[in-house]
Amino acid sequence: MRIAIASGKGGTGKTTVAVNLALSLAAHQSVQLVDCDVEEPNDHIFLHFRADQVRSVGKLLPRVDENLCTYCGKCSEACEFKAIAIIGNKILVYNDLCHGCGLCTMVCPTGAITEISHELGVIESGETDGFQFARGVLNIGEVMATPIIHELKDELDPNHLAILDAPPGTGCPTIAAIHGADIALLVTESTPFGLHDLRAAVGVARSLSVPVAVIINRCGIGDDRVASYCAAEGIPIVLRIPFSREIASLYSRGIPFVKELAEWRDRFIVLYEALKKVATS
Amino acid sequence: MTICITSTGQSLDAPINPSFGRAPYFLFVDPETETAQAVKNTPGAHGAGVQAAQIVASNKATVVITGNVGPNAYQGLSAANIEIYVGAKGSGRDALDDYNAGRLSLAQGPTGAPHGGRR
Repeated sequence: MRIAIASGKGGTGKTTVAVNLALSLAAHQSVQLVDCDVEEPNDHIFLHFRADQVRSVGKLLPRVDENLCTYCGKCSEACEFKAIAIIGNKILVYNDLCHGCGLCTMVCPTGAITEISHELGVIESGETDGFQFARGVLNIGEVMATPIIHELKDELDPNHLAILDAPPGTGCPTIAAIHGADIALLVTESTPFGLHDLRAAVGVARSLSVPVAVIINRCGIGDDRVASYCAAEGIPIVLRIPFSREIASLYSRGIPFVKELAEWRDRFIVLYEALKKVATS
Repeated sequence: MTICITSTGQSLDAPINPSFGRAPYFLFVDPETETAQAVKNTPGAHGAGVQAAQIVASNKATVVITGNVGPNAYQGLSAANIEIYVGAKGSGRDALDDYNAGRLSLAQGPTGAPHGGRR
C-alpha cells in the first residue's frame, strides 16, 4: 500500500502526520517513509537519520555542435517547452525549461545535438528510527523537482507499506508524488485558506483516480467549514489532531509527538486501518 | 529600422501590452512612416518568452518597446542584439513618442519575473 500525504496549503502538518504515522506503524510492520518535498525536505529534523547511501539524480540536456548545426530550427519547432531556440544565427539552450525528453536530438537532420547529463539533486537513503527512509534534495538553483520524485518512487519496494510526504501545492511536484498512490491523505486546517487549498488538492487526487481521506490538524481553530465540505463531498475525516500547546511544544523541539504521547500511537494505527478501507472501497 | 511594440491590439491606437512574452500582438513599426504591421502572438503553455523573442528576431526588429521583459525573453533578445526599452505606457503611439523623446529606459537585464504575463 502506498499512502501519499498531501495538503495543498503549506504548513498544515504533512510532515507531522508522515513521521508520526511511520513511527507508530514501524513497531508492527515494515515501513518506508519517503520525503518527496525535495525543495524543502524536513522529515529528517524529527528523525535520527544519517544517510547510508547518496546518489546523484540528473536529467539530460542537449548540447549543440555549432559546426554541424545549420540553424534549420527543427529542434526548436519540435520542443514543447521552447527549451531550445534559434535566434538569428545563434542557438540557445534553456537548461531550466528543458525536460530532458531528447526529442531535439531525434529531429536534428545533421546529428548536431548530443545529450549530456546534468545533476538536479541527490537521493539520500538509509535505515532510521525502525524503518527505511529516503529523501530527495534538489540542488540550489535548480527548478525541476519531478525527476527526483520519480526516482524516489522507482526505488520503493512494492511489497511493503510506503508513506510519501508530498510537497505542498497542487503543481507538478505534488502530482508526481500523488500519482500511483493507493490513497491521498490530505492534511488540512479548518480555515478559509485551508479549505480553499483542500478543494484544489481533492481535485488533483480525483483527477489521478486516487481516493482521498482528510485529517483536520489544529482542530479547534477556525470553524466547521472543512467538515461541511467533506460531508457534502463524501470524503471521510479519518483523524482530528487538536490545537494543543503540548503537541506544538514537542514539534518545536523536533520531537514526534507519538514518542511522548503514547495514546497517539494507537490512534495512528486505527487511522491506518481506516485508510486501508478507504483505499479498497 | 524596425521597432517592435507589444500591443493588446492590431494598431498603434491600441493600448500597449505591459508584458512581452504573452502580448496578444507584436506591432512591427517603421519609425519614419509610423506604419505598423501586426503579427498575432499565439504562445503555447511553456516558453512564451523564448518563442516571442524568436518572432521578434525573425521579423528583423532591432528595438523592442514593452512594459517588462522576463529572463528567458531577455536572454533570447540579447542573443540577437535587440535593444529592449521598458516602462512603456498608454497606446502604441504614446509609447513610440516616449521612445523618440528618450523617456523609456533601456533594460540592462530582465525586469520581470518568469511567467509575468500570467499574473
